Amino acid sequence: MPDQSGLKLSGRPSPAPPPANPRRGRSAWKPILILAVVLGALVMFFPFLWTLVTSVSPGAGLTDRPKLIPDNPSWSAYLELFRNTSFARVTLNSLGLAAVTTGLQLITSSMAAYVFSRMPFPGRGAVFAGYLATIMVPMQVLMVPLFVQMRDLHLVDNYLGVVLPGMASAFGVFLLRQAMNSVPRELDEAARIDGAGHLRIFGRIVLPLVGPSLATLTVFSFMSSWNAFLWPLVILRSPQLKTLPLALASMQGQYTTQWDVMMAGSVISILPMLAIYLFAQKYVIQGVASTGIK
Amino acid sequence: MRTAAGAARCPGEPQADGVRAARPANDPSPRPAAQRSRRRAKYALTVGLFLLPSAVPLVCFTIYPMFSALWTSLHEWNLLSPMRWVGLDNYRQLLSDPATRRAFGNTVYYILGYLPLVYVGGLGLALALNAAIPFRNFLRGVYFLPVVTSWIVVALVWRWLLNPSVGVVNLVLGWFGLDGPGWWTDPAWAMPSIILASAWKDLGFVMIILLAGLQAIPQDLYEAARVDGAGWWSRLRHVTWPMLSPTTFFVIVISLINGFQVFDQVYAMTGGGPAGASTVVVQQVYDLTFRYAQAGLASALSWLLFLVVLAVTVVQMAGQRRWVDYA
Repeated sequence: MPDQSGLKLSGRPSPAPPPANPRRGRSAWKPILILAVVLGALVMFFPFLWTLVTSVSPGAGLTDRPKLIPDNPSWSAYLELFRNTSFARVTLNSLGLAAVTTGLQLITSSMAAYVFSRMPFPGRGAVFAGYLATIMVPMQVLMVPLFVQMRDLHLVDNYLGVVLPGMASAFGVFLLRQAMNSVPRELDEAARIDGAGHLRIFGRIVLPLVGPSLATLTVFSFMSSWNAFLWPLVILRSPQLKTLPLALASMQGQYTTQWDVMMAGSVISILPMLAIYLFAQKYVIQGVASTGIK
Repeated sequence: MRTAAGAARCPGEPQADGVRAARPANDPSPRPAAQRSRRRAKYALTVGLFLLPSAVPLVCFTIYPMFSALWTSLHEWNLLSPMRWVGLDNYRQLLSDPATRRAFGNTVYYILGYLPLVYVGGLGLALALNAAIPFRNFLRGVYFLPVVTSWIVVALVWRWLLNPSVGVVNLVLGWFGLDGPGWWTDPAWAMPSIILASAWKDLGFVMIILLAGLQAIPQDLYEAARVDGAGWWSRLRHVTWPMLSPTTFFVIVISLINGFQVFDQVYAMTGGGPAGASTVVVQQVYDLTFRYAQAGLASALSWLLFLVVLAVTVVQMAGQRRWVDYA
């Protein structure tokens, strides 16, 4: 692993550093810089705006490209989605799967992280290294054998086939262990003197103090589960079990030229992540900055 | 019956019927050795219970399949009939197959287009958004937005933006008198389309990592450089660049690993087409498994990919001393 000493690993929000140099700003360059960054942001944001505009412009793509301000905006694409496809069902599937996977990852990761932070035993370093090694195994290598395994367990086309392989996250263990290591040990000592066991120290002292990192992990688990494509594509077959990304991918065949419908589906898929992101922006950015995951 | 019930009792339970088993911790007459071993057993039990929920899935669904894939790669197998041992034949077949070469070639093409774009763009943005400008956090947020969007949505949206006849990009190119290409419908432009969409999605990700690296550079280095009369460029060249090199290294390692595993956007934007022009390695693994039921070949290809990624990473690790500056 590359040296990460420069990156904050605790996962805690830290105050923004002072601006590079407020006193000697290159005043001539600054407006140009701001203009460039703002223009860039508009370009970056434009695809989102265009998605939204297209989704309320009936007939988009069939006849002509939509206008930036639609002449007669309409929700017909959304109605079409919810009436004539199983989109409502699919959205609920995705929400449920993401919630369950995230919950399981939080539980399994925080328990393991507590051991790696607070409960030494012979060979612990090697076990932790083993956990970290699994981060480097690409999903693609696992795809064939995991599919066979799930088929033998009769878990193909079953949510368990998606949830079980995703219920533990070595990355989550790593993230939370780093955070737990920064919780002062005097706190557990004090609790131990009061007669608290590991279970209580874990639940009452350590866990509440790593809240920000739990938030980071929640956002990332939810995001990767909500956006997951390859593995659900392999496992889930029945239309009523499909998740949002799968439904969106298969819609391309069904609505080849009805771009308003496809963009409406995209908007529905973006919205929950957007809400979570706005709500937890600092945890997301902190998480990326400290560990470099997506 | 009585003895069975007694044996089933918890070992920690106090027993009145003369059995000298372990005693509860608050026993008034402690037996140090027995107590210590009981406490040790309880500790081991706690460790086990805390680790099992994550260790079992990781062993069953990551470590075991990893080696099972290696085993499968040495066989011919259609996923149904019994496996037939073929030794290294699968690897031999793959290495001589032009489709493999094309898939690796396309993957490398993707990386060569994608990496410079996101690195240079991300660095520029990180430098700009590290300076004191108004609405800095808001702007960072906007640039980061695509990172939280799913690949499938990104692919759909970009297929729409890059639509050859009614897409916005070709409209804008038309304003400048340029005749836009067929993008994802044209074999020559399929991969550039994928690269463009990928760069848009990942730019904010690279920016944030580089920002974290920039913020870790001590300000007094810049002060010292200024005192020595260093200008903007020479501060960038002689302070920022070397101090940022560990982060740059990290970005390159991560991007190469992710780049070799590119799949979702290819599957959703072009399906590997037109005419295989954008087929990447993982797409090939997927097709071999689920379209042609060649599990042995697919496993061999996925292991080849893994070995390539491993080799590339090891080479980078070995080469980092030459240019990465760990001050």
